[in-house]
Amino acid sequence: MKVLVAVKRVIDYNVKVRVKPDNTGVDLANVKMAMNPFCEIAVEEAVRLKEKGVASEIVVVSIGPKAAQEQIRTALALGADRGIHVETDEEVQSLEAAKLLKAVVEKEEPKLVILGKQSIDSDNNQTGQMLAALTGMGQGTFASEVVVEGDKVNVTREVDGGLMTVSLNLPAVVTTDLRLNEPRYASLPNIMKAKKKPLDNMSPADLGVDIAPRLTTLKVEAPAARQAGVKVADVAELVDKLKNEAKVI
Amino acid sequence: MSILVIAEHDNSSLKQATLNVVAAAKAIGGDIDVLVAGENCGAVAEAAAKAEGVNKVLVADNAAYGHFLGENLGELVAEVGKGYSHVLAAAGTTGKDFMPRVAALLDVAQVSDIIRVESDDTFVRPIYAGNAIATVKSGDSIKVITVRPTAFDPVAAEGGSASVEQLDVVKDAGLSSFVKEELAQSDRPDLASAGIVISGGRGMQNGDNFRMLENVADLLGAAVGASRAAVDAGFVPNDMQVGQTGKIVAPQLYIAVGISGAIQHLAGMSDSKVIVAINKDEEAPIFQVADYGLVADLFEAVPQLEEELKKVL
Repeated sequence: MKVLVAVKRVIDYNVKVRVKPDNTGVDLANVKMAMNPFCEIAVEEAVRLKEKGVASEIVVVSIGPKAAQEQIRTALALGADRGIHVETDEEVQSLEAAKLLKAVVEKEEPKLVILGKQSIDSDNNQTGQMLAALTGMGQGTFASEVVVEGDKVNVTREVDGGLMTVSLNLPAVVTTDLRLNEPRYASLPNIMKAKKKPLDNMSPADLGVDIAPRLTTLKVEAPAARQAGVKVADVAELVDKLKNEAKVI
Repeated sequence: MSILVIAEHDNSSLKQATLNVVAAAKAIGGDIDVLVAGENCGAVAEAAAKAEGVNKVLVADNAAYGHFLGENLGELVAEVGKGYSHVLAAAGTTGKDFMPRVAALLDVAQVSDIIRVESDDTFVRPIYAGNAIATVKSGDSIKVITVRPTAFDPVAAEGGSASVEQLDVVKDAGLSSFVKEELAQSDRPDLASAGIVISGGRGMQNGDNFRMLENVADLLGAAVGASRAAVDAGFVPNDMQVGQTGKIVAPQLYIAVGISGAIQHLAGMSDSKVIVAINKDEEAPIFQVADYGLVADLFEAVPQLEEELKKVL
């Protein structure tokens, strides 16, 4: 079966985020960018499904500027077979991303779509669920285990308080949580091979999707800093402070 | 304006997070209705009707909603929500699952995980793991919003007298079914709403050592959490994770044990009223946010803490 994986180019998770002095956003100039960590887990899961013989082809799609091709190439180096780049320099919000992905799903007709549960920039946690709703598919969000059985997929989900397993009809959407797998690194030969793998380029207009944003960001500020308190000498002093000064126990 | 709040519950009791979300709805202003969707959830509806500030409770009681499957809840809430200016739910794993479906079915954007209401169309939310705070304005006719419960003080659980109305709307999308659930059994309070939380990090060295934290937690009536490092190392399950990729907590007292204080952890607990850090590394970033820091070996300090607490409690 064909698996579609969506990946997003975001700020590298090791980079210290700085808010622009004019409060219009986060400073991304000359900042290291990378594949969103949850998307790496999505790619890895697809590759494992292919290694198990469950997936026959992995198509990776990314929406974003020209440079997002780097993240598609990374996914190709990790084991995806071909790439689709929906190229735009405009800001694409979750609903519009879901509409673009829906158009790709209609063209590609995958049996399974795997996405990260959220991107570490906008932290929305929406696109996978929106795509599932727009395409009329079931969704296994925050997945920690994915098992394909016949025309169904069983997804174990990380929920508040524990784990929950659902069975979904295929085609379905899965969004990844941290413990689903540990992504591999791309080997140098595979990085070289990935350069020759096919990569289609298209625009939102080619897919017939209006990507005008619905939400306007009025300002972006740095969070209020918390002041460091005092060091206590020992446990007895700590308990005394908690009881008599902070009065929290 | 009219606001629909989707109740968070387990079919038998109303979760406190619902009261926090009603508080967010009050900050927006307007009539507040609460939708209780579940199976055999009459007691939940009764509890919701008593919450302060609730106008009407709508009940959708059907097997299709028994396990809160996103596909079915999404269709139900999109249908019921059409008549409202705002649809709100807690940003827990249930709300995060079905609310984007609601937004997509209504063809509107969702504003996720708000921590403040500026006006009826403008909201404040953390981005970049809490390293930046965005103020966003929605231009959509229906605002679909998930609310970070800890950012809003709950309304009173008692004192209201809302009417209760049964809804005869059954939405079974037929796309998904419940297989099983493995919920952690614990007599301790729920991590997300506990008044005191004690969390362990990589410094705990293994899962068995969390027993030390549990002993302290039981003395204090606290919940036990963990850093992502402790979860990634396999010490404890992921539902104990506090941080941007886990649970967001804001208790009266947060005790961080053997936690260095990575940004992603701080994003999950830095709104706590009082923070205590116990770490042998004096340079650990956790001390920069701690009200009380103790530089000590946790394997000595935590048993001592247990003994000292026994003396004073």
